[in-house]
Amino acid sequence: MHYTSRAGKLFDSFNIVCLAIVAIVTLYPFWDTLVVSVIPLEEYLSSSIHLFPKQITFEAYTYLFSMSELWKSYGVTLFVTIVGTALNMILTIMAAYALSRPGLKGNRVIMFLFVFTMLFSGGIIPTYLIVKSLGMMNSVWALIIPSALNTYNLIIMRNFFTSLPDGLVEAARIDGCNDMGILYKIVIPLSMPAISTITLFYAVTRWNDFFNAIFFISDKELWPLQLFLRSMLFENESSYSGGGDSLFLLGPSIKMATVMAASIPVMLMYPFFQKYFINGVLVGGVKE
Amino acid sequence: MAYIDSEAAVKEVSVLTPKPVRKQARLLRYIWFNRYLYLMLVPALLYYLIFHYIPMYGAVVAFKDFSITKGILGSEWAGFKHFEYLFSQDKFWQVIENTVVISLYRLVFGFPAPIIAALLLNEVRVRLFKQTVQTVIYLPHFISWVILGGILINLLSTDSGVVNNVIKLFGGTPIGFLSDESYFRSMLVFSMIWKEFGWNTIIYMAALAGISPHLYEAAVIDGANRFQRLLHLTIPLIRSTIVLILILRLGGIMEAGFEQIFVLYHPGVYRVSDIIDTYVYRIGLAEGRFSLAAAVGLFKSLINFALLVLANWLSRRMGEQGVY
Repeated sequence: MHYTSRAGKLFDSFNIVCLAIVAIVTLYPFWDTLVVSVIPLEEYLSSSIHLFPKQITFEAYTYLFSMSELWKSYGVTLFVTIVGTALNMILTIMAAYALSRPGLKGNRVIMFLFVFTMLFSGGIIPTYLIVKSLGMMNSVWALIIPSALNTYNLIIMRNFFTSLPDGLVEAARIDGCNDMGILYKIVIPLSMPAISTITLFYAVTRWNDFFNAIFFISDKELWPLQLFLRSMLFENESSYSGGGDSLFLLGPSIKMATVMAASIPVMLMYPFFQKYFINGVLVGGVKE
Repeated sequence: MAYIDSEAAVKEVSVLTPKPVRKQARLLRYIWFNRYLYLMLVPALLYYLIFHYIPMYGAVVAFKDFSITKGILGSEWAGFKHFEYLFSQDKFWQVIENTVVISLYRLVFGFPAPIIAALLLNEVRVRLFKQTVQTVIYLPHFISWVILGGILINLLSTDSGVVNNVIKLFGGTPIGFLSDESYFRSMLVFSMIWKEFGWNTIIYMAALAGISPHLYEAAVIDGANRFQRLLHLTIPLIRSTIVLILILRLGGIMEAGFEQIFVLYHPGVYRVSDIIDTYVYRIGLAEGRFSLAAAVGLFKSLINFALLVLANWLSRRMGEQGVY
């Protein structure tokens, strides 16, 4: 299609400028965070808009990485992300495959029971009491098991499995392959785009998890990264002004360095996965 | 079997159907034939039972006087006591009002944003530019509210945030965006849109990608200009997607964004930003009044459910398909 009218060209230019501004406004806060984390305090206080750093110092990072609390919380978050995502994927793939088999008796009822939980819930307090009575309070398992499955991701996965040609599964079955074998040898290798996307969704949710932690974890030793970050950003306010120590001088840089330390892993993973959902077809498919 | 074309046969084709045996044994044999499929469902079923259906039953704690030693089942019944107490509290109605007002602002300003963005993106013909913009605007969705909260405080702080520095450069007085009651809600709505509008374009991008190019070619031949094609072709064709998202948003009107508010609010702005979920957290966990907190939570769930059913019914009356 070609648009040659002058109005059309004018619109195209206007449109591109608009979207470029939107993209810059979206990115700028992250850029400013990065700049603040590496400039010395004098520059932070003297320049009003620090678009580019004049001087770069990694003092804030050196201080941050010397904190044992940071490494402890990294450890907890890494464990929860790896083990939790693995558990998420095992449960999601198995259930999605079974639910994607057409005509399996009971699968419509089971699907309804799962989807119903998206429409109605008992609330967080009863869930809290269940987790408590299972003895999971203040253990990493409270961060992993109560969110072992996400219905939205389950639906995306099931829709993807349903879209695979039935003939493949049939052929394997006739060759004497059981359902475990079919899932492992045929369905999973063919579903890598969907599996990668859902893995990213789960991993990011695990990494960012804050909700489960504030409800189920009070022991500081088990704080995941997000709780450590929160205490650095919002709770230590008073300790900064304690009296001329280095922490006070590094104040804003330290905070922004913590923000960077918590978000860089996600930003590094993101480019490898974004190609799978850039067209939106997979995620948009949830509609059906 | 391959030659049978009836619907029933198609349905059965992918699960092995055992030979007809005596009726009682048939079901057992069917399950045995498909035992791996049923086994694969067991972990998910257990998960939903323990973490969704038992808590649904556990919501009865709202009608009891919960005591930790007696547990949910052993605690004494209290009838509607907690609800009556809540409904008589000004605080409760203020929390409801905050929740609804913040949600409605988010709906009014946040709902059209991704639609407009998707339509604009759809008109871009430079592929690399389009993909770059998409990659950038999806990014904040993957960043947690704690991180974004830190970023916002850095940008908006009164003494040295960039935004207030610019205001000072132009001779204005610094604004306490996050500390002043009159700005706080706008900041909540604005930052929520900033985080999620890009990601929310995805479903519209998928709907737009599904429109057949032939329709546009036909419209061009009929002499429709670009704006007419947008108005008479593109928008009607993504209408069902728009309605679907609207229903889901209406069903979530009692969700005003717990994590965002929990990270950003402080006692100075409770009056305008304390929502149902933060209230439940404080009275339930901080004060230990579990039954009262559960009553608030149950009230919220019921309203959400009713709104969803209502929105779905309305959409069907208007000739659109519903969510279920």
